[in-house]
Amino acid sequence: MSRQTSPTAFAALLRRDFLLAYRRRAELLQPLLFLLVVTTLFPLGVGPSPQLLANIAPGVIWIAALLATVLSLDSLFRSDYEDGTLEQMILSGQPLALIALARTVAHWLVAGLPIVLLSPLLALWMNLPAEGMSILIKSLIIGTPVLSLIGAIGGALTVSLKRGGQLLSLLVFPLYVPLLILATNAVSSSVAGLPYTGQLGLMVAGLIGSLTLAPFATAAALKLSLS
Amino acid sequence: MNRLYLFFHKTGSPPWFYKYSGYLIPWLWAGFLLLTAIGLYLGLLVAPADYQQGESVRIMYLHVPAAWMSMMIYGLMAIWGFIALVWRIRIMEVLIISSAPIGAAFTLIALVSGSLWGRPTWGTYWVWDARLTSELVLLFLYFGVIALYNSFDEPRKAARAASLLSIVGAINLPIIHFSVLWWNTLHQGSSIGTSGNSIHPSMLWPLLYMAVAFKLYYGANLLSRARLRLLTQDHRKRWVQDLLTKESS
Amino acid sequence: MLSVSELSFERYFEPVFEPVSFELSAGSLMLITGSNGCGKTTLLRLLAGLLEPSEGKFKTREQPLYAGHNPAIKDDLSVEENIRFWMKFMGTRKTGLGDALCKRVIEEIGLTPVAMQEGRTLSAGQRKRCSLARLLFCDEALWLLDEPYSNLDREGIGMLDRIVRSHLDGGGACIMTTHGSLRPEGFELQECHMISGRERYAGAAA
Repeated sequence: MSRQTSPTAFAALLRRDFLLAYRRRAELLQPLLFLLVVTTLFPLGVGPSPQLLANIAPGVIWIAALLATVLSLDSLFRSDYEDGTLEQMILSGQPLALIALARTVAHWLVAGLPIVLLSPLLALWMNLPAEGMSILIKSLIIGTPVLSLIGAIGGALTVSLKRGGQLLSLLVFPLYVPLLILATNAVSSSVAGLPYTGQLGLMVAGLIGSLTLAPFATAAALKLSLS
Repeated sequence: MNRLYLFFHKTGSPPWFYKYSGYLIPWLWAGFLLLTAIGLYLGLLVAPADYQQGESVRIMYLHVPAAWMSMMIYGLMAIWGFIALVWRIRIMEVLIISSAPIGAAFTLIALVSGSLWGRPTWGTYWVWDARLTSELVLLFLYFGVIALYNSFDEPRKAARAASLLSIVGAINLPIIHFSVLWWNTLHQGSSIGTSGNSIHPSMLWPLLYMAVAFKLYYGANLLSRARLRLLTQDHRKRWVQDLLTKESS
Repeated sequence: MLSVSELSFERYFEPVFEPVSFELSAGSLMLITGSNGCGKTTLLRLLAGLLEPSEGKFKTREQPLYAGHNPAIKDDLSVEENIRFWMKFMGTRKTGLGDALCKRVIEEIGLTPVAMQEGRTLSAGQRKRCSLARLLFCDEALWLLDEPYSNLDREGIGMLDRIVRSHLDGGGACIMTTHGSLRPEGFELQECHMISGRERYAGAAA
């Protein structure tokens, strides 16, 4: 093998993605602004009663996070597909799953992590009791990478389609159901003073499972999108 | 391995599949009609009404087998899809995409019959009951596969995308199912269900007849759809042309 | 180096082109000709491994280098950043990763004046040159070039001819497509003329 070693290629790809994200930083704000706007709509829609908002807070914040993630997934592979970068990457001989993983990691760092950082503000708006705050952040830290990993499969499947965005949400939302159930329940349980470690544990299991399986599915989807 | 590959290759050739599935289809239809007749007779006329639910319990003979089928077909689609992706066998690509509408229809039957059963039982057509909710999510999974297939222009590429999605969905399906069950026990005290109660044989037999009948229906419908799809896709190929000249002569 | 036998590919259940067979040995250049839509790009993508053949097969021990219509250049990165990324991602260890090599490559493809400019500002010809940079830092023996002369000016064509010649002299092989007007000058050529599958079909029906 005269090819570049995989770790070097992985690092080069991550570095390129951060550079691109930095050059396009205005676009990164869009999903976050979307997150803020959607969350604002809930008190306006259901009324400002603190008790009601506190009850629905975990669900609202998590659903807003799902929506914001899916919004940013459509562009995950699109520009690389359109300018021919993706086919060169596939032909480079580097393991395609590794390329998929690098793109997913970059996606989480620029799209998922900001959601985690923004969540205390959302929790404040939604009147989430203080006991729930740390669990909300924990659930987002564990859960948002899973959103990126599973979402990347959908992004890769729809990348060769002209209007993949809506289809993408139809494909990935059903797959997000278990995560949504576990995460919101962990937060509500902690607010109610009930145990929540089991839910978080299952979420960690889900993270490990999707970390090992999803990149391969994404890689297969990329390969077939280019055929 | 080689023999297995040859077997797949032969079974995977469209003319071979077309010919032999043609022999099978009438038997499957006949078996389906016979078993449905027996199952409906036993279920609607012989089996007793439930002491709690009354006559509406008879919806179960439609609802439960349909729900079983909806899960089974999705699992089978993942198997067809896996074979299609690994060995690139075209018949499997045709099978998976012909399965999807049948599976979606069974899911819809399970949902509608479940909500009709819910009306007298819960006093409302829709309750976020565990089984209904997970059937609903399953319906979305089916819609996803069908929508993805229809979004691609090239049928073989479309079928491989649908295969991959159904494999991903099938891995998730048990997780979705159990998480919804668990979610439901948290949010609702108890719902009336047949699980757990031991079923009297007079109610079990019609259920089993209907379950087998539905499986035969799936086989018959699937093969018919697959044959039609093969004919349409290959309408310019030699074997279809030969078939047409043979039929017209 | 490459032997292709009865290779064909189907799309919408119809062959894209007539089955293709040829042998390519080290040091030779093959020109694939044919009208628009006769499947030249499809053939190269098959040989590159992006598509799976429907019938027939090809044998090669090499992982080929494929340069397609899409230049794989990021609009938001400068020429130098683009080239440096690809050097790090797919370049060989033998050639090293030094700045010196990167500078030399840029000079050789004639983009030194615009090295710091972003990809979006490049003209079509400059993009083509930028995508050809890959030929200079990868050491694949088999090159698959899809319409390499398109958009290049006279000087660029001369540059490409030089690059291809030194590749062939070094024991490499190259397949390139062209739809007619632009052809490599002064090479000993093998030629493969492709016929679209639909043409054959129309002929058979008539």
